Amino acid sequence: MSTHNQCGLCHIQIENLSVISGGDVLLEDVNLEFHCGQLTALIGRNGAGKTTLLKAILGQRAYTGRISYTDHHGQSIKQPRIGYVPQQLEFDRNMPLTVLDLFSAATQSKPVWWRKGNKQACKKKLAQMDCEALAEKRLGDLSGGELQRVLLALATDPIPDLLILDEPVSGVDAVGLELFYKRVTELLEQYHMAILLVSHDLSLIEKFADKVVLLDKTVAAEGDAQTVFSTSAFRESFGYLLTGGEKA
Amino acid sequence: MIVTFLQSLPIEMFQYDFMCYAFLAAVLIAPLFAMLGTMAVNNKMAFFSDALGHSAFTGIALGVLLGLKNPLISMIAFGIFLSLAITKVKNAAPVSADTVISVFSSAAMALGLVILTGQGGFAQYSVYLIGDILTVQPQEIWVLFAVLIVMYVLWAIFYNRLLLVSINRSLAVSRGVPAALVEQLFVIMVAVAVMVSIRYIGILMINALLILPAAAARNVAHSNAAYHRLATVFGWISSIGGLWIAYTFGTSAGAAMVLTASILFFLTYAFSVHRRA
Repeated sequence: MSTHNQCGLCHIQIENLSVISGGDVLLEDVNLEFHCGQLTALIGRNGAGKTTLLKAILGQRAYTGRISYTDHHGQSIKQPRIGYVPQQLEFDRNMPLTVLDLFSAATQSKPVWWRKGNKQACKKKLAQMDCEALAEKRLGDLSGGELQRVLLALATDPIPDLLILDEPVSGVDAVGLELFYKRVTELLEQYHMAILLVSHDLSLIEKFADKVVLLDKTVAAEGDAQTVFSTSAFRESFGYLLTGGEKA
Repeated sequence: MIVTFLQSLPIEMFQYDFMCYAFLAAVLIAPLFAMLGTMAVNNKMAFFSDALGHSAFTGIALGVLLGLKNPLISMIAFGIFLSLAITKVKNAAPVSADTVISVFSSAAMALGLVILTGQGGFAQYSVYLIGDILTVQPQEIWVLFAVLIVMYVLWAIFYNRLLLVSINRSLAVSRGVPAALVEQLFVIMVAVAVMVSIRYIGILMINALLILPAAAARNVAHSNAAYHRLATVFGWISSIGGLWIAYTFGTSAGAAMVLTASILFFLTYAFSVHRRA
């Protein structure tokens, strides 16, 4: 098991990142740093560029600027491993595909149409999210919470340099939520990985995030939750909270 | 040797050499289409492969214009070009995918027909419409065999990555899968498979043979491996059954194959509805 992130040197740095699409500036001059062993929360109103930033980090979107990864020796990581838990996995729920198929396709070279993948290895990873019983279930038959747990188990196999959680708990029940964050805390403590969380749930962020970044085309504010929540940029983005409009 | 073996069997249709060849061609085409079909159905590409089939006329027309003896090369080349063009425009255009595909499909078909009818003697190409597997030659069977082997090898190498892209593109990209490249490779494979088989199955029927066995397998399969195996078995049942119907009743083989595959689809569909109820 990789534990190469265990120290303060290791970080992910985004410098002067801009994304322009068809004349529209989606992101402009974003400068950010995520540290290993820390959970960084990315917040912002809809259209602030959160998804665009994730796509740029994932390499799905062309950008100008630089994203660099440094390991705990201070060496640059050329091909960083990124674990990604998508917001809502949009896929065809009728697809004949088990959880084991998904794991095998992502982690093994043996084609999954040829024969079933390594069930023991898959169950071992699923067990970390208390969901080893799901291995033989069809992906389309899982509940929202079960699917998120499976996806988190998959995103941490192998242990990534950066784990991206995109609204990971939307549609997840209370038990699932607790389990999910228990595991996230474990990952931070045990593997000291850098975690980037995109969420609208500000109370959750207040509880778990080491650092909050408010995005509005560029970095509008950053710091700990209290600092960011008290900025005027935050009030502009989330003004409705102050007028009592939230979660009535 | 295989023909001698088939002829030693107490099956009436194998007493003719051409039926043995047709049988071998069907046995090779079925798993090729079943394999690619599983992914085409997953990715909702039925309309795409239909367009590809229609474009065969343009491939033939280009072959005629270039003075090629066998239009297979120009068909494959144009099929690959069209698939890549559709994939590219589909990903970039602000128009919906089915509109893009429809435009390409109609344009390619019309262009081919304009050229071929302009040359005169279109009748000689009408065999491509419904196909004729009974005229398959021994050397063509070797071509089909080689294509099947190459496709299986590629499928073994690229399948897992292709599957990830088909489940969720961002998830695939986060795991280092070159999504666009993998997608292009797949459409090229479909283009090659369609073009090498279209002479035998027919432009009107080829798409059904790609989609139906996989769609039927999807009705009943639980895991991915079962999906593949069932699609292959259904492909064999349809193609061999269709060939038998064609021999017995003197019908078009391609159409009889598709009809058999449709029956399998409805049976498995009824089974899946019954199981869920």
